[in-house]
Amino acid sequence: MTSTHWLELQGLDLRENGVQIIANATLKVGAGRTAILGPNGAGKSSLLRLMHGLLKPTGGRLIWPQTMTQSMVFQRPVMLRATVLANVDYGLALRGIPAAERREKAIAALHRVGLPELADRPARRLSGGEQQRVALARAWALEPQLLFLDEPTASLDPASSREVERIIGEMAATGTRIVMTTHNLGQARRIAEEVIFLDGGRVLEQTPVEEFFRRPQTTAAQAFLQEEAP
Amino acid sequence: MAEITNSLLLATDMVTAGDSRLAAIVALSLAVSFSATLISCLLGMPLGALLAVGRFPGRRVLVVIFNGLMGLPPVVVGLLVYLLLSRAGPLGQFGLLFTPTAMVIAQTVLITPIVAALTRQVIEDEWREYREQLRSLGASRTRAARTLLWNARFSLFTAALAGFGRAIAEVGAVMIVGGNIDGVTRVMTTTIALETSKGDLPLALALGVILITVVLAINAAAYALRQWAENRWG
Amino acid sequence: MSTLNIVRRSLLASCAFLLVASLHAQERFITVASTTSTEQSGLFAHLLPAFEKAAGIKVRVVALGTGQALDMARRGDADVVFVHDKAAEEKFIAEGYGVKRQEVMYNDFVVIGPKADPAKATGKDILDGLRRIEAAKAPFVSRGDKSGTHAAELRYWKAAGIDLAAKKGDWYRDTGSGMGPALNTAASMNAYILADRGTWLNFKNRGELGIVVEGDKQLFNQYGVILVNPVRHAHVKQADGQKFIDWLVTTDGQKAIADYKIGGEQLFFPNATK
Repeated sequence: MTSTHWLELQGLDLRENGVQIIANATLKVGAGRTAILGPNGAGKSSLLRLMHGLLKPTGGRLIWPQTMTQSMVFQRPVMLRATVLANVDYGLALRGIPAAERREKAIAALHRVGLPELADRPARRLSGGEQQRVALARAWALEPQLLFLDEPTASLDPASSREVERIIGEMAATGTRIVMTTHNLGQARRIAEEVIFLDGGRVLEQTPVEEFFRRPQTTAAQAFLQEEAP
Repeated sequence: MAEITNSLLLATDMVTAGDSRLAAIVALSLAVSFSATLISCLLGMPLGALLAVGRFPGRRVLVVIFNGLMGLPPVVVGLLVYLLLSRAGPLGQFGLLFTPTAMVIAQTVLITPIVAALTRQVIEDEWREYREQLRSLGASRTRAARTLLWNARFSLFTAALAGFGRAIAEVGAVMIVGGNIDGVTRVMTTTIALETSKGDLPLALALGVILITVVLAINAAAYALRQWAENRWG
Repeated sequence: MSTLNIVRRSLLASCAFLLVASLHAQERFITVASTTSTEQSGLFAHLLPAFEKAAGIKVRVVALGTGQALDMARRGDADVVFVHDKAAEEKFIAEGYGVKRQEVMYNDFVVIGPKADPAKATGKDILDGLRRIEAAKAPFVSRGDKSGTHAAELRYWKAAGIDLAAKKGDWYRDTGSGMGPALNTAASMNAYILADRGTWLNFKNRGELGIVVEGDKQLFNQYGVILVNPVRHAHVKQADGQKFIDWLVTTDGQKAIADYKIGGEQLFFPNATK
């Protein structure tokens, strides 16, 4: 287990309309790159949203040893009806960064995701893959210490997926901590250091990635890997 | 049937003859309703957006009230504004009764609920789509409301147009607060009412044809703009 | 940010319009509360330009029924009232809302009805005509709007000895509308109706209707003009309002009234006492 963690969950509960979505999640997250895995309906996205603060837990608590700046990228990119540059700029404007500085940062972020030539294009007119890269640029421009990704490549073609993985890898290389959910086990192996395995709203395993894939400890994880394996 | 054909011919004649009094009436109608629409948008759109995005006690009650006020009878609005602006009323000292300003006020009262209610519907849909992303980026609810108003600008055009359509077609309120004074507060609808009173039905209908044509032209232009915008911005 | 520009421009345009509208309001004018009969007969369109030219004062006419016109003046929303219901006018003055009533002109009422005249009401006697209409239960349209014409109609029924409250039935249609709309209703129902001659002559949608009763002295309809009392409403434009009244009752105004004709027929007969 990790010695220095940056987030601790203590008995985290989430109930919605009488349904237990997350049950008594207790763990410490300290890895640089974490993948949350589990079958459909296991509560992966909900756990991610609880961590990011988009959902309020109905029980338990989250403890941040120190505050971290965060961003999140969603499965389906949500673009404003504005140019690509304006979309990246918007997140910076919300942080109160002065306009001149914003422009510089936004253009730099677009360079990093390989889309500088699309800066003046209407964002909603781009392909799904391009939009997801703009979403990553928008997140990256904020220079977050922590990035959440919810199934970032689930609706993308293989080429776009590879590009998105490359960008995530580069962000991680600059020191941004990554927490992501994914259905793509190959992707989890390529990106993550550590796996959090969820089933039925319960955290069943938290193990280094190689160990998880080689020797899953719970029968649920074994069944999951067998089903998902190609 | 002959009467309708006559009216169409008469309408064409009136327009092609370039009657300056007719032009003044049409211009006043447009100016009054346009001003009322603009003020309604400035009031109703932020209000509608806050109703869609906000969380405060009484929100649901306000939503129901504004939906209900969409059906305000113009005559009641006219009467209310008349009593306010009348010399004997609380705002009597300004002498606004029987002026175009009074008509703008009455139409604004009439259509602000329409603009607000339609805006709320549009922004609620937007909020469903953008909520998580905006909150993740750290937008406050008021900031999100502002962003979504801008983001939905082309859909909101339709809300504004609905208000404008109701304003320009309305007769009850402007008749009461404007007084249908020749050359001062006579607009298309009150002229139509007057000519109907005089039993000059073909002339009244011809004016109606002109009114409908103006409204249709504005709607067509707005529709074209919206199509273009949707193609461009998605 | 082109939409912002559009908003800015629209705002500017709107402000400009309101400014122009308020400047327009700065012109010298008086507000006259009058009746639909004077407006819809076309008299004002003929009369006012002459006064406006002579005095340099615009006259803004709000045309309502006599009752409404007097109420509007009671609230202080008019400088002058120009109406035709002597009893109501005298009451208005007695209440202190008006300064003085001056007689200006008269026109006459006529009974309009189907040319076929199923009630056989044709004649010169208004009371006899009404009795025949009631006896035949022929459809009759009433203004029912507290206007001067409505008040006159009620007086005639009473004088004819007909108690409307008791005799009212399907045949008597209380429409609560102005002269023109009431005539439209009568035309579509082929009903009898009491109307002022001016509005009738200027009325286009006549259908099968024609004049049935006319020429009875009792049908004369006196118009009076009253300055709203500045003691009651301090903002009343006393001087300019009085100028209009004075002009109406002097030779120029009286002649202008006599000059107004439709199809060669004089509508209003000046009879101001000097």
